[in-house]
Amino acid sequence: MTLLSVKNLRVSFDTEAGLVEAVRGVSFSLGRERLGIVGESGSGKTMTGRSVLRLVRPPGRIEAEEMRFDGQDLMALSERDMRRLRGPRIAMVMQDPKYSLNPVMKVGDQLMEGLRQRDRLSRSEARAKAVAALEAVQIRDPERVLEAYPHELSGGMGQRVMIAMMLIPNPDLLIADEPTSALDVTVQAEVLSILDGLVRDRGMGLIFISHDLRLVARFCDRVLVMYKGRVVEELAARDLLAARHPYTQGLLNCLPRIGGDRGPLPGLDRNAEWAR
Amino acid sequence: MAIIAWLRDPNPASRRQARLGQAYLGWLRLRRNPLAMAGLVIIGLLLVLAAFAPWLAPHDPIAQNLQNRLMPPGTPGHLLGTDDFGRDILTRILYGARITLSVIALVAVTAPLLGLIIGTVSGYFGGWVDGVLMRITDIFLAFPRLILALALVAVLGPGIENAVLAIALTAWPPYARVARAETLTVRNSDYIAAVRLQGAGSVRVIWGHIMPMCLPSVIIRVTLDMAGVILIAAGLGFLGLGAQPPLSEWGLMISAGRKYLFEQWWVATMPGLAIFIVSLGFNLLGDGLRDVLDPRSAGK
Amino acid sequence: MTASLPSSPWAGRLRGLGAALFSLAATLLGLLFVTFIIGRVVPIDPVLAIVGERATEAQIAATRTALGLDQPLWQQFLIFVGNALQGDLGTSIRTGEPVLQAVSRAFPATLELATLATIIGVLAGVPAGVLAATRPGSLADHIVRLVGLMGYSMPVFWLGLIGLLLFYGVLGWVGGPGRLDAAFDMMYEFEVTPVSGMILIDTALAGRWDMFVNAISHLILPAGLLGYVSMAYISRMTRSFMMNELGQEYITTARVKGMPEWRVIWVHAMRNVLVPLITVIALSYAYLLEGSVLTETIFAWPGLGSYITDALMVNDMPAVLGGTVVVGVAFVLLNLLSDLLYRLVDPRAR
Repeated sequence: MTLLSVKNLRVSFDTEAGLVEAVRGVSFSLGRERLGIVGESGSGKTMTGRSVLRLVRPPGRIEAEEMRFDGQDLMALSERDMRRLRGPRIAMVMQDPKYSLNPVMKVGDQLMEGLRQRDRLSRSEARAKAVAALEAVQIRDPERVLEAYPHELSGGMGQRVMIAMMLIPNPDLLIADEPTSALDVTVQAEVLSILDGLVRDRGMGLIFISHDLRLVARFCDRVLVMYKGRVVEELAARDLLAARHPYTQGLLNCLPRIGGDRGPLPGLDRNAEWAR
Repeated sequence: MAIIAWLRDPNPASRRQARLGQAYLGWLRLRRNPLAMAGLVIIGLLLVLAAFAPWLAPHDPIAQNLQNRLMPPGTPGHLLGTDDFGRDILTRILYGARITLSVIALVAVTAPLLGLIIGTVSGYFGGWVDGVLMRITDIFLAFPRLILALALVAVLGPGIENAVLAIALTAWPPYARVARAETLTVRNSDYIAAVRLQGAGSVRVIWGHIMPMCLPSVIIRVTLDMAGVILIAAGLGFLGLGAQPPLSEWGLMISAGRKYLFEQWWVATMPGLAIFIVSLGFNLLGDGLRDVLDPRSAGK
Repeated sequence: MTASLPSSPWAGRLRGLGAALFSLAATLLGLLFVTFIIGRVVPIDPVLAIVGERATEAQIAATRTALGLDQPLWQQFLIFVGNALQGDLGTSIRTGEPVLQAVSRAFPATLELATLATIIGVLAGVPAGVLAATRPGSLADHIVRLVGLMGYSMPVFWLGLIGLLLFYGVLGWVGGPGRLDAAFDMMYEFEVTPVSGMILIDTALAGRWDMFVNAISHLILPAGLLGYVSMAYISRMTRSFMMNELGQEYITTARVKGMPEWRVIWVHAMRNVLVPLITVIALSYAYLLEGSVLTETIFAWPGLGSYITDALMVNDMPAVLGGTVVVGVAFVLLNLLSDLLYRLVDPRAR
């Protein structure tokens, strides 16, 4: 069953320096599965993710032949209807909790905001749910974290809070935009496994955006490789090592391997042809 | 059109081309801001009017003609009317533009220079020199500017030179701050070390190599501050502490028209309009420049 | 893994407060020093100004000793600071009254004007700034910017004259110069106890609503004009802060959560805008104290500004400098206040 289908998505920015096209005709579809989107910075992967929520800031413009989520045409929805989708149906976890959590609001108030404002729960009910959500991301003293401000949390804690916050309304689709890139290596694995478990248990669709090819291969069912706003290759994650496109191979080759030779890592070879 | 293509080349061949290209982009952005362009036109017009005042002005700015006193605007030969000594207000405003411009020019040269010296010395030497100089800067910042200028002029005696001096003495602290911040960023760079290795003394390093680096940000700050300088100068003139009669300084003209406010409104209104338009011009341009130079506040 | 919460948020707060108090003391001392220097380089001989041109040599010498002018300069400064700390800012040459006494009589009038103006400035400026920030490049944005820049560009004394001409002279909507109609002036002096020195508060406390209404009709024009100047500043700063916050990632988070736009702006962004905005409001309040110097002369408002300018006209230097010190101290105290409020609003600064 298709949860999301995107056809010929384009995102462009009209700046003084001329029209900049961040995404140029990207198409994909997604069921309740894990789709990875990989590429360098500037390849348009983040903009692709944000387009699904229609959260590209002006002067950015989104165009698409088709963008359907669960039978609804996302391009045709009013801003009001779009807001009803955001949160309960589609959610997003961003890169760095240092910036994605409101610095002057208590963690608890941010977690409970949706429950209080949208679901009109009482304070105690909302609090109980928030505590449960924090426990689900393996935070041991949720009561204390609820009273903390974001700057008092470590990066790993912050990202768990972010995941908890986004999963509270049980969305059907989660977009994770580099959810572990800003974290220490030691914490990355923990946060990933928490995310992995929750997505599996609740059976949601996941779009996992990352620049780390091997991570995506391990974590996802299917992978889109993007280069300069275009999809250059789409393949099943298990076939990744057999990738045919030279760009994908380049991305794979510039990672160091334990036991590999100690020579200099190859630079990424870019070819203007691939961007056509 | 080749030159525009050269400016817009996304892959500049030289540093100069890159810099000029950036400036050109900035100009394009400024040109899209109608308010900033209006400001530019106003300032350009002010410069022209001040430069050609003797040829443009229909009358003598100082010669009195008591038979013609307090004529309303629109009187033949007196477009903006006459004041209590029968002098043509339009003429006096045109000549007043010269006074305003010279005050601006003098302050724009002295205050930033003082700020530059204090800021670069403070940033270059650091340590207790920095501590003392920045403390002094803070103290001057803590003083209300106009009131400090008032007190200074009261001591120095009224007059346009003293007014300029007082304004300059109260205007330097922000420039010192800016210059210090810039100095701190270049102080430890390799090229400064290279100059020092060649045996250059502190004065030479600061004057020849650090100050030029601070100049651009200080100049921007000066443009933004000019409107404030015009208003303070006019305020001093209004209180009788700036330019003295019979000079046609705008603030002084307002103060002279105050007596006739309810009967002959134009005497006080017209010079005030002139102050307003000119300082609006500087503000509009400064505002636009800020948007161009600080993309964060442009919001796009 | 547990969150690392700071053990005692108070320790850091107290340390910050200590630093703030130290810099306050240093600034105050510097303030006194600058005024002292200005007072000493004045070309008018303070002794002659007190005893008069025809005094004998002995009288002059006696006064010189009494004023401590025969001491070295640094001792004179210490005496000056000591006196100032005890509330002795010198004696007005013009009236023979201690400067502090005259200033504390005049200050409430200025405070009342500046406070009302700030309230007007905030109530108008914050919504205008938000409106402009949420629709950058729109007509509303351009109007807010233009109106703000106009407020920046008008000489406040001229604005006062024009306001007086228009609203008092032509339209007759407001009371003229002064704090009350002449008919009420006498009555006020005898029938109302000056509790706060602010006319609105005192007349209200005394239950003299006729006077209260009359006072408002006099206050509204100068306060409105100064409020406009304050609004110009506050709306510009609000716009720029708000635009900065709206570009932050946590705003996207709030939108991803499906929060309505009003909540994104007025709750999420506004709480963050408030942090720098408090400093701006304090600063604008301080500038209004200063702007009142010129406004008060126009409106014959018996406040600090009038006191200083009147003294200036007759070269009454102790009064000018004393008034300057008081405004400077008010400036510094406002800075301290905004610093404290800042710590209150921003959890990161605690």
